[in-house]
Amino acid sequence: MATPAVADPTAIRRRTTQTGDIVARLITLVFAASIILITILLVWQLWFQSAPTRHKFGFAFLFTSTWNPVTEEFGALPFVYGTVVTSVLALLISVPLGLGSAIFLSELAPAGVSSALTFLIELLAAIPSVIYGMLALFTLVPLMRDYGEPFLRSTLGYLPLFKVKGPLNGFGLLTGGMVLSIMTVPFIISVSREALLAVPREQREAALALGATRWESTWQIVVPYAKLGIIGSIFLGLARALGETMAVTMVIGNDPKINASILAPGYSIAAVIANEFSEATGQVYQSALIELGLVLFLLTIIINGLARLMIVATTRKGSKR
Amino acid sequence: MKMKRMSLALAGLMAVAAPLATAQQRINAAGATFPAVIYQKWFDEYHKMHADVQINYQSIGSGGGIAQLTAGTVDFGASDMPMTDEQISKVAAKPLHFPSVLGGVVPTYNIAGVTQEIKFTPETLSGIFLGTIAKWNDPRLAKDNPGIKFPNEDIQVVHRSDGSGTTFVWTDYLSKINPDWKSKVGANTSVNWPVGLGGKGNEGVAGTVKQTPNSIGYVELIYAVQTKMAYGSVKNSSGNFVKADFDTVTDAAAAAAKNMPDDFRVSITNPAGKNAYPISSFTWLLIPSHIPDAAKAKTIKAFLQWMLTDGQKYAAGLSYASLPKPVIAKEVKQIAKIQ
Amino acid sequence: MMHGNIIWRKSVNAVMLTVTGVFTVLAVCTLFVILGYLVYYGGRSLDWNFFTKLPLPPGEIGGGMANAIVGSLEIVGVAALMGLPVGFLAGIYLSEFEDKMFCPVVRYVADLLNGIPSIVVGLLAWTLVVVPTRTFSGLAGSVALAAMLIPIVTRQTEQFLREVPLSLREAALALGASKWKTIVTVVVPAGSKGIMTGMILGVARISGESAPLLFTAFNNQFWGGGITQPTASLPVMIYTHAISAYDDWHRQAWAAGLVLISMVLIANIAARLVLARGISVPRA
Repeated sequence: MATPAVADPTAIRRRTTQTGDIVARLITLVFAASIILITILLVWQLWFQSAPTRHKFGFAFLFTSTWNPVTEEFGALPFVYGTVVTSVLALLISVPLGLGSAIFLSELAPAGVSSALTFLIELLAAIPSVIYGMLALFTLVPLMRDYGEPFLRSTLGYLPLFKVKGPLNGFGLLTGGMVLSIMTVPFIISVSREALLAVPREQREAALALGATRWESTWQIVVPYAKLGIIGSIFLGLARALGETMAVTMVIGNDPKINASILAPGYSIAAVIANEFSEATGQVYQSALIELGLVLFLLTIIINGLARLMIVATTRKGSKR
Repeated sequence: MKMKRMSLALAGLMAVAAPLATAQQRINAAGATFPAVIYQKWFDEYHKMHADVQINYQSIGSGGGIAQLTAGTVDFGASDMPMTDEQISKVAAKPLHFPSVLGGVVPTYNIAGVTQEIKFTPETLSGIFLGTIAKWNDPRLAKDNPGIKFPNEDIQVVHRSDGSGTTFVWTDYLSKINPDWKSKVGANTSVNWPVGLGGKGNEGVAGTVKQTPNSIGYVELIYAVQTKMAYGSVKNSSGNFVKADFDTVTDAAAAAAKNMPDDFRVSITNPAGKNAYPISSFTWLLIPSHIPDAAKAKTIKAFLQWMLTDGQKYAAGLSYASLPKPVIAKEVKQIAKIQ
Repeated sequence: MMHGNIIWRKSVNAVMLTVTGVFTVLAVCTLFVILGYLVYYGGRSLDWNFFTKLPLPPGEIGGGMANAIVGSLEIVGVAALMGLPVGFLAGIYLSEFEDKMFCPVVRYVADLLNGIPSIVVGLLAWTLVVVPTRTFSGLAGSVALAAMLIPIVTRQTEQFLREVPLSLREAALALGASKWKTIVTVVVPAGSKGIMTGMILGVARISGESAPLLFTAFNNQFWGGGITQPTASLPVMIYTHAISAYDDWHRQAWAAGLVLISMVLIANIAARLVLARGISVPRA
């Protein structure tokens, strides 16, 4: 029996395809790994470049409220305060608005109308931040200054929340919160609607069969069922709001002070980095701003992580292989 | 035949390469917003005259100019506050200060119904920015301005949110005329403002004042002129109310012109002089004493030469003041120090 | 379970359902108000100068943003060149090759990258690119934008590849195709609509970003000379012009806003129309 002059063709094909598969896996693996490398590099830079201020101030950085580049005393508190307050204000406006719209879109609107309207609302999320900022600067700020804030001052001005010493100018934490609310609403609507749509029809039908009105069925059965997804959407919106730069910096007033009143000007972490980084002379000043970036990053990571956990729990049903 | 073809090819190559030999000189600079209007004009005009030179200037504030110069990301910087010794020590190639032009910082305001020029004294001006004078119809303001009907409104102060040489000039003046200001706030590119909104750059302050009723801010003269906003006169050390213009700002520099220090770092706020505008300042280009790229160094030196001669002609038209002749002569000598 | 007067409950029902409808109308109207302003003010401000001229010194009328338009295209183009392949191939890896240990790590890290605020990405690009190269550059801006693009494209690619039915893969494998051949000739083409959508949406998103370009691409009054020099971009120009005091600059900011939002919205609408069905879960 002669040995074949040429190697067994199936074996060759098997080896080539195996090599092909190995190569494909390797190439895509390398690119996937590059994401890890890039992220590690960025996070390491954040940590490393903020070292001077971390060593100088330690945890006190988070609780100090002075921000004085000249004497090199830096504290994150005014910016954390401004970031948190504007984001909370944003949520106070966008959560009722968003959840209400999501309920309408998932429960009441016919499927075609619902998709079309959701599509339009999702376009809001695509509008760049700087355009929101420009619009707010030219339209919202004068509105707040001439109508909104005087109204609030005359009706609720006795509350520390709305008390303002000095003139009203339309810039401030409230205006910042209002702009942010428009930017977070599409996220809340989009994801909550998905979560609500994922609730099994049986739940609604059972409630209606027991004599509940449409609203009662929605509010007392469907919404609690989709609770995790809805809360996830809120966290998602919050994460977006925390990191917003341009829209906020154009209307927040750029004043690193902590004020009980939401009509007073304030400052957010992203805004101060945008305004002051290009002029940060000296290692300490620069690293203070980078440490602020690190604080913001950690905040968004925590909130994003929580959001994803909650959303995955409720909405990813049936679309995966 | 072969030789002919080769030489033709060579000639063709050289024809193509020749224009490439005069490469574009691209120079990047950043800094003060105070002189940005005339700088952009200069760089625009210079580019028209020398098509191969592009000097890209970004007005990000004096603090930014110094920071980017120190980081080495720009070829030269610009500032209205002279660099401190400490700041100079941090730059690899010691920066040389070149005064480029003179300007005045004016109090500009937006008050409904008031189009006239308001007379400010050192007391009223510092009081407003300290927050001790809080309303426009304060008697202290009315005293110096009998003909003006001030509204019964709160004063909205606008200051700089970024590190600013203009802030330095303003606070330098306030520190000199008000010991309270000096101890509470001080003079620097960035201070702890007792009251007010922050705007980014001279442009941002002008923009905020223009949009906000009953506000007052401090800007370089040209920003008030170009945006057609009212600005006031200030009482100088001789007791005269002086409005900023070419002559009054030039007068402010008279003493410095005679006694300019060798490194050109000097403050001319609150000077002696009957007709001097008290809140005036030089503004400086910060040029590294050693520029590694020889072509860039040549271009920058040529520009400086132009700036000190033909460039000065643009000052009057843009509400700045041109440099005194003795200062120019001294600067020309400093150009040689750039290697 | 349900107590109370039936009329009360019915009124609450009617009121609340109306309220939700009103909220929805409000949300949708916001979009139209925003577009309305931009079309009105931007439309009045658009002129030939805007598209062809360079910016003029402050106070002079008649300048334009020609260099910013080109600059934006350059910066976003290079960012897409850098980010799209990485995101695409990484997405393929996550979807097709199930490495129990590595895949969750990659997903988590991609989420981390996505969570870095845009201003912080810009700041880091400054330390990593601008300072060592000792110059501001459009390239540094592209690096920052690419870092933002990658997680978006990765997630979208993975998602749409996963939705390709198992049966298609198995059919190809049964015919003797290798895994990589299956991916290239069957799976990716099947998921291509969704992947393209993800890419277009990602690029549209980064083209509107202003914060990461502030200290990377910086800005330029002239034609710059390429991506290795400071480069003007529309979003940054909008910012500097909007906060200034010049009416002419405000006018130009509106025009730039209209141009920018047209680009972004057209890309978004095109992408979503391409993807005829959404990724929503059908009503149970």
